[in-house]
Amino acid sequence: MVQINLPQNSKVQKGKYYKDKTGSKSLRKVNIYRWDPSTGENPRIDTYEVDMDNCPSKVLDLLNKIKNEIDPSLAYRRSCSHGVCGSCAMNMDGKNGLACTKPHDEIKGDINIYPLPHLKVLKDLIGDLSTLYRQYESIEPWLKNNSNKNEKENLQTKEDRSKLDGLYECIMCACCSTSCPSYWWNGEKYLGPAVLLQAYRWIVDSRDEDRQERLKKVADELKLYRCHTIMNCTNACPKGLNPAKAIAEIKKMLVTG
Amino acid sequence: MSSYKIIDHEYDVVVLGAGGSGLRAAVGLSEAGLKTACISKVFPTRSHTSAAQGGISAALGNMGEDDWRWHMYDTVKGSDWLGDQDCIEYLCKEAPRAVLELEKYGVPFSRTDDGKIYQRPFGGMTKNYGNEPVQRTCAAADRTGHAILHTLYGQALKHNTEFFIEYFALDLLMKDGECKGLIAWNLNDGTIHRFRSHITIIATGGYGKVYYSATSAHTCTGDGNAMVLRAGLPLQDMEFVQFHPTGIYGHGTLISEGVRGEGGYLLNSKGERFMERYAPKAKDLASRDVVSRSIAIEINEGRGVGKDKDHVHLHLNHLDPNVIEERLPGISESSRLFANVDVTKEPIPVVPTVHYNMGGIPTNYKAEVLTLNGSEKTVPGLMAIGEAACVSVHGANRLGSNSLIDLVVFGRAAAKRASELIKPGMPHEEISQSETDKCLERFDKLRNANGSNNTADLRLNMQKTMQSKCAVFRTEKTLKEGVEEIRKPFEGMDNISVKDKSLIFNTDLVETLEFDNLIRQAITTMDSAYHRKESRGAHAREDFPKRNDEKFMQHTLSWCDGVKTKIDYRPVHKSTLSTDVQYFPPQERIY
Repeated sequence: MVQINLPQNSKVQKGKYYKDKTGSKSLRKVNIYRWDPSTGENPRIDTYEVDMDNCPSKVLDLLNKIKNEIDPSLAYRRSCSHGVCGSCAMNMDGKNGLACTKPHDEIKGDINIYPLPHLKVLKDLIGDLSTLYRQYESIEPWLKNNSNKNEKENLQTKEDRSKLDGLYECIMCACCSTSCPSYWWNGEKYLGPAVLLQAYRWIVDSRDEDRQERLKKVADELKLYRCHTIMNCTNACPKGLNPAKAIAEIKKMLVTG
Repeated sequence: MSSYKIIDHEYDVVVLGAGGSGLRAAVGLSEAGLKTACISKVFPTRSHTSAAQGGISAALGNMGEDDWRWHMYDTVKGSDWLGDQDCIEYLCKEAPRAVLELEKYGVPFSRTDDGKIYQRPFGGMTKNYGNEPVQRTCAAADRTGHAILHTLYGQALKHNTEFFIEYFALDLLMKDGECKGLIAWNLNDGTIHRFRSHITIIATGGYGKVYYSATSAHTCTGDGNAMVLRAGLPLQDMEFVQFHPTGIYGHGTLISEGVRGEGGYLLNSKGERFMERYAPKAKDLASRDVVSRSIAIEINEGRGVGKDKDHVHLHLNHLDPNVIEERLPGISESSRLFANVDVTKEPIPVVPTVHYNMGGIPTNYKAEVLTLNGSEKTVPGLMAIGEAACVSVHGANRLGSNSLIDLVVFGRAAAKRASELIKPGMPHEEISQSETDKCLERFDKLRNANGSNNTADLRLNMQKTMQSKCAVFRTEKTLKEGVEEIRKPFEGMDNISVKDKSLIFNTDLVETLEFDNLIRQAITTMDSAYHRKESRGAHAREDFPKRNDEKFMQHTLSWCDGVKTKIDYRPVHKSTLSTDVQYFPPQERIY
């Protein structure tokens, strides 16, 4: 039977309310998804009143402030804090992005923070990306080139190198894939925009000798053609990349051989 | 401690850390047929290598004549003669091969008109033993670290390296002065894992987070360094902390030296190109310690910019926008995001910011860990590479783009040495349970801590103390105060509080363990700095402004057991590895 409602244990409940203790005049309410696997309890939304007078500009700063000053138990991933490591991807104000590059003043009203959508949650804002990582592995992300065995580098024209621009910069944050409805429904089989962008990165590398094999491998009803050009991926990418275009290019290459 | 479920593993080699050096080592070990585990507290591509921007040095000579001996001279001079010249020879001689190997792995290097790897000028990199600038730094736009890290992760996948991801390492397993493996905590399910290995390679990176303002990631907590200290072994040259001249004012985000390599320059509030005064020849491309000190002097003498006159401006708005777009796209993005600056029109506000640790775990050029016991001795079963290690190739000051090359050259060297020392599948010795108990006792004590001191407050206290007492310029007075004050946050751990008691992704406990790691390194850094009464490279003492080769051409070794430290010295190696190059005797260091 089709299940229309969420199972009982997934229903999000109202959580704790952390009232401001600083006496600040400039407060904002931050609602954060919380779930601790060790308690057996349902997920909940905790609300924090945060003193914005002493908070730097990004959502990550806000989370750090909560963790440092209000509630150290809040769990989220973070590392570089300037948009290159891809750790702090999450859903803020209904949109996926990196907490470290998203200014909180772009969000009107209460600030709602959730894990990336449609991932198994491990704890609070930490999602399970293991499926995506396995899919990344499956596209064999390494250069295949047997002809150049000598000591010299492979030569590559500036023009050929420029074909990798907009592709190699991907930080694997998963903002795109987890914003894609096709990936939500078929995440186990459809490779999704992040991984297809990477697949294309190797397909168009002029140094790679395995292009035909690589194309053949992704040319599959489910692996590739579940992309219905919804374009959420391109909208979501915090690095300004265009996975939808990369997917279209793969499709075009398959048609034109 | 029987309440913790312990899962045992046996590997020929365990690599701790999955950044540039850890991954390069893992690839080499897997190629050699050794059963290898690579353990990391973050997914490999999240490692801080991804933040390296400007490039990787190697005398390829793609953009004009070059010679690895010139690279060696520059590195020795950059190190202010504290680097070991046998190790520096190895680094510079191996560098071209290591970069070509990366290219063959698939790194998307930028290209020259004839399709070769593009190389840019960088600070301190010169032609013909200190003459005009040379283009030696190989670049993938300004995202070289990112490109290398992702490529190396791909190679590790190709070689079927076994990864243990989001495992937090707790302590080394030691037996009679030999390393037998390590213990780690799996954040994903809360289990404790005991890895037995013939060789353990520490590749955990730097510990920039002991400072308040650093370009370092939140995760740069030098966990491996602290494990070494807890194992009763010393760290080396910890007083040498590199301040990068150009971190974004107020945020700390790195702005690559590549900006100056491509023609950018610094201006003070009077609109002067002040570097011309401090380094008449190299100007803005002098060594990082020199540029950072010059900026600090400009600010101290009232020529800083901004409301508080506490930073300077980095201009690149005179450069061709096409050059910026092609070669510096990442810093345009960072400047927009974190300084609200359009680099084609306005200068970037910058200030010297903690960036790199020259110090770390002492090793020889084969990556074997050293200790001092009468004379230099290797520690069987233990290796260290990358920023965690102090080989020492960077001595008192690292040249820009010499860190990425350090990662791959010594990552490869470690794999090579390991495959000489052990054969696949050798049996493992029994180790006593007491090592495991000792480790879990510390873990359990912190986990169940119910005191009144917040980890974040103790960390902030440590960071502020380091920032104010152990900065670009140091004096007897600041360091003496620092030595005292830095012990307070350590003592504060007796009464620490950890709110989250769970075992799955308990980031409260992770940060407390990281703080325990950081504070030990902060103490050794402060104490090492206090005892070095000279100025050399990044260690600038106002009260001892000159280098003192007679007394201090020595590496500092520091042991630390809580607030108690012991300081000793070992002489800098004064010979080269081969007869291909002559030893460079100390000279005055002028850029």
